[in-house]
Amino acid sequence: MIISKQKPFEEILNFLEDKQNIFITGCSLCATSCMTGGKQQIDEMKERLEQSGKTVTGSTVLDPSCHKLQVRASLKKCKAELEGADAVLCMACGDGAQTVASVVKIPVYPANDTLFIGEIERIGQFYEACKACGQCELGWTAGVCPITKCAKSLLNGPCGGAKNGKCEVNVENDCAWILIYNKLKEQDLLDTLLEIKDPKDYSKAANPRKLVVGR
Amino acid sequence: MNFKEKLERGDFVITAEMAPPKGIDFNHIKECARALKGRVDAVNVTDFQSAVVRASSLGGAKILLDEGLEPIMQITGRDRNRIAIQGELLSAAALGIQNVLALTGDHPSIGDHPEARGVFDMDSVNILQAATKLMNGYDMNGHELSGAPQFFLGASVTPLYDPLELQIIKIKKKIQAGAKFFQTQAVFDIKIIKDFMKRVENLNIKVLVGVIPLKSAGMAKYMNKNVPGICVPDEIIDRMQKAQDKTKEGLTIAAEFIQQIREEKICDGVHVMAIGAEENVATLLDMCGF
Repeated sequence: MIISKQKPFEEILNFLEDKQNIFITGCSLCATSCMTGGKQQIDEMKERLEQSGKTVTGSTVLDPSCHKLQVRASLKKCKAELEGADAVLCMACGDGAQTVASVVKIPVYPANDTLFIGEIERIGQFYEACKACGQCELGWTAGVCPITKCAKSLLNGPCGGAKNGKCEVNVENDCAWILIYNKLKEQDLLDTLLEIKDPKDYSKAANPRKLVVGR
Repeated sequence: MNFKEKLERGDFVITAEMAPPKGIDFNHIKECARALKGRVDAVNVTDFQSAVVRASSLGGAKILLDEGLEPIMQITGRDRNRIAIQGELLSAAALGIQNVLALTGDHPSIGDHPEARGVFDMDSVNILQAATKLMNGYDMNGHELSGAPQFFLGASVTPLYDPLELQIIKIKKKIQAGAKFFQTQAVFDIKIIKDFMKRVENLNIKVLVGVIPLKSAGMAKYMNKNVPGICVPDEIIDRMQKAQDKTKEGLTIAAEFIQQIREEKICDGVHVMAIGAEENVATLLDMCGF
């Protein structure tokens, strides 16, 4: 899941300084789960914008905002509201905002900051889990990602900076390498750690990436 | 005879540590270097220690070399990618620097530019691998070099670590990648280093135990609380508290520790980290009878 967080309202208003009529888009997937782009958040945003003197010409929850064909089709249905708008405020992730921007002609502004690929541990609690590095390492790390969960993305074991199993960079975080060690030990697979890992091939993560699957 | 030869021959070696200045005034480091000339076997030059902007370790190492000391250039993976690290190593060798200590590096968040992007393209093991490859006449990707460097490679280890087995696994990788000597995080409790040496007995490695002369009881308490891998025992904190002359007591404690390490042949040498009080290292060596 792409985890996002709403920007401070002042920052959003700043984007919209010279715009009067706003159309709002949300997203049915990640942003709805993150409570940053569902129906409820769109309604709240509409109310706040109106309190700030703006006119909201309409809104829609795109299903999802990152699917270009869907976005195009959904926005076609909102043609009139969009024509009356000077700008779109997109309550999705950065990908969703770019998709909308590629479909409409008026300026599109992001309402959210996109933070990371992560998991929902419980409602309102999100943890980063994957850096989309392009070559998954989980197969030898007992299902704990060292690229993401180690602050230094180390591949050959821990630095000397753990104290009581916690990371020195942020003591709220467990040391990923101690987690990996404990799990591999449980599974009687500790020998796996003796193999030297060459530096990672970061060309696999050189952006912008694309994937075209042959049919 | 140089640092490598002494260590290989089995002499008890002493290394100190110096940080290049934040600025271009190297007078203090040069003065400290002169005071230690002929008294220590090599001097580590830290590489943007604690992720703080300073002159670089390569520059510092060259200045020490010109002062007649043998530098151990520290190099971390925090600020340079694999291209820059290999280039830095080649430059070091061309300038006459033979000893290199490979480290992962502190995270930028603890330094004076916390907004900086940490590189960590290579960790300490990878840096050792790269240096070894350079020594064989090739870069990491197998391209031939015009002239291969010769290094004496070292690495660091934290003897007080839970689970210690995880550190031992990493030591084995460092050895395999080319590390010939190890310098440890500062140790204050002789039992910790004895236990550690027992664990690495069969690895046949050269270990220089880290020593930090305390300046106050507060410093000890601060390190206990904040520095991973450091544990100053209560009795030492008590001694520091009761002492009139704190600096002298800190040096006395360090001297006693060093003498015990040497007399009982616990390690192959000591690595003195004076952290900003390099001028005291010569006094410490006097107290140890070196």
